[in-house]
Amino acid sequence: MSNVLSNKKRGMRELGAEKKVGWDEVTHGVILHSFEDDATDVAKRKAEDRNYSDFSSYTATVASWRVIKPVYNRDICIDCQNCWVWCPDSSIISRDKQILGIDYDHCKGCGVCVEVCPTNPKSLLMFGEALSSEDAIAQWPVKEKKEK
Amino acid sequence: MAITSVKNLKEFSTTNERFEGAHLLCPGCAHSMIVRELMNCTDDNLVISTNTGCLEVSTAVYPYTSWDTSWIHIGFENAATAAAGAEAMYKARKRKGTLKNPDAPVKFVAFGGDGSTYDIGFQWLSGAVERGHNFTYICLDNENYANTGGQRSSSTPIGASTTTAPAGRVSYGEKRNKKDMLAIMAANGASYVAQVAPNKWKNMAQAFQKALATDGPCYINALSACTTEWKFDPKDTINISDLATDSLVFPLYEIIDGTELNITYRPKNVLPVKDYLAAQGRFKHLFKPENAYLIEEWQKRVDAKWEYLQRREEARV
Ligand SMILES: Cc1ncc(C[n+]2csc(CCOP(=O)(O)OP(=O)(O)O)c2C)c(N)n1
Ligand code: SF4
Ligand code: SF4
Ligand code: SF4
Ligand SMILES: [Mg+2]
Repeated sequence: MSNVLSNKKRGMRELGAEKKVGWDEVTHGVILHSFEDDATDVAKRKAEDRNYSDFSSYTATVASWRVIKPVYNRDICIDCQNCWVWCPDSSIISRDKQILGIDYDHCKGCGVCVEVCPTNPKSLLMFGEALSSEDAIAQWPVKEKKEK
Repeated sequence: MAITSVKNLKEFSTTNERFEGAHLLCPGCAHSMIVRELMNCTDDNLVISTNTGCLEVSTAVYPYTSWDTSWIHIGFENAATAAAGAEAMYKARKRKGTLKNPDAPVKFVAFGGDGSTYDIGFQWLSGAVERGHNFTYICLDNENYANTGGQRSSSTPIGASTTTAPAGRVSYGEKRNKKDMLAIMAANGASYVAQVAPNKWKNMAQAFQKALATDGPCYINALSACTTEWKFDPKDTINISDLATDSLVFPLYEIIDGTELNITYRPKNVLPVKDYLAAQGRFKHLFKPENAYLIEEWQKRVDAKWEYLQRREEARV
């Protein structure tokens, strides 16, 4: 689990940054291999233990799509895994039933994770893309009173 | 079949993800929630076909693929055909003894949009189910042709505004009722048929696992709330899905071997249909006074369908 949060391979490239073969040079039928080596037991391995090829979108980033980003606050989180199951971009990193953080290479800033977080205050909140996570956590709201 | 435990979310979260990020589906798109969960609920090798539509164009943008498994893209009408062909070849090669790993567990899955399932791939799906291929067909039902800009399909419900049946001065939008694909597939001979929604993650995972474990053709209709064409904020995908299942606009049930119908989710508090409609831009015009009768009709249709499902469940026919 060494490099799960800062996996070197992840999000190396902007989409479309590099062209292998022009679209007009492709003959009918193309096979893209997601992995460099034998992929037979891929379902038994975590991302950090797989050898992704440059064809896997795992190695690409969509970070530039975001204008707002979710920030994760470990202190409040109860590891319910709601954010993990509903993230449409496989961007909540969970290992051994604990949330480790957000994959900012693949997160598009949709805000679904914040909506489904059940804690009070929420353990995930949206902030401007430019704000640092430390600054965001420093302005975390306090517990909201239940409306009568 | 090697299944991942879906007893609770914590257990489920220990699965090894096989659907990668940096696909190009819209932020908040439910297609990926459904696909990710299918791939996460089993360890078996998967052979997946996907025809043209939002899912395909967004997950195989050359030179990238988001699929950590065998995956085939095929033309608009042929998700079922590709999965059926791969399954037939697999069986033939197994019989002839030419498979490298004949004992490795393999499952065949097809993903199609509602445009391709309800309309354009309909006869190919029907044929594959009739022939009895051992595969699971999953329709990502967003009730329109989203990838080409939101045209109506035969899954679009009455009153929705789409680009080919827009609401305006002379029309309230779609005029025909949504086609009942579950009844059609059950009558077509599918061994297992189910309607699921991503907000009920466990219900959905259980249906996926049942389908994958069933020997025979299975059809699953998955509610896929579309932020772009239904016109709601991307953060609300799960909220909208909750409104759909809890207002019974999208009831969750299964049909086994064409006859045994089981309701798989009963909301504790049934919400009014108008709450579901009010949350989406595609139904905005229904709230004009002259269209009030349409909302009443909606509610009546939903009540009648719920009544029908309950009676079928009871009658076991
Ligand atoms: C035979 C054929 N007709 C039309 C098209 C154009 N086309 C591509 S995707 C699409 C819409 C797909 O709608 P749906 O199946 O509902 O999937 P969604 O994009 O909504 O997920 C259409 C009409 C095509 N590719 N092939
Ligand atoms: S904002 Fe959306 S994409 Fe980003 S982590 Fe949350 S749910 Fe996933
Ligand atoms: S939804 Fe909230 S409480 Fe639950 S695991 Fe995610 S951050 Fe933690
Ligand atoms: S248009 Fe709808 S279905 Fe297509 S990617 Fe966007 S949200 Fe998903
Ligand atoms: Mg569609």
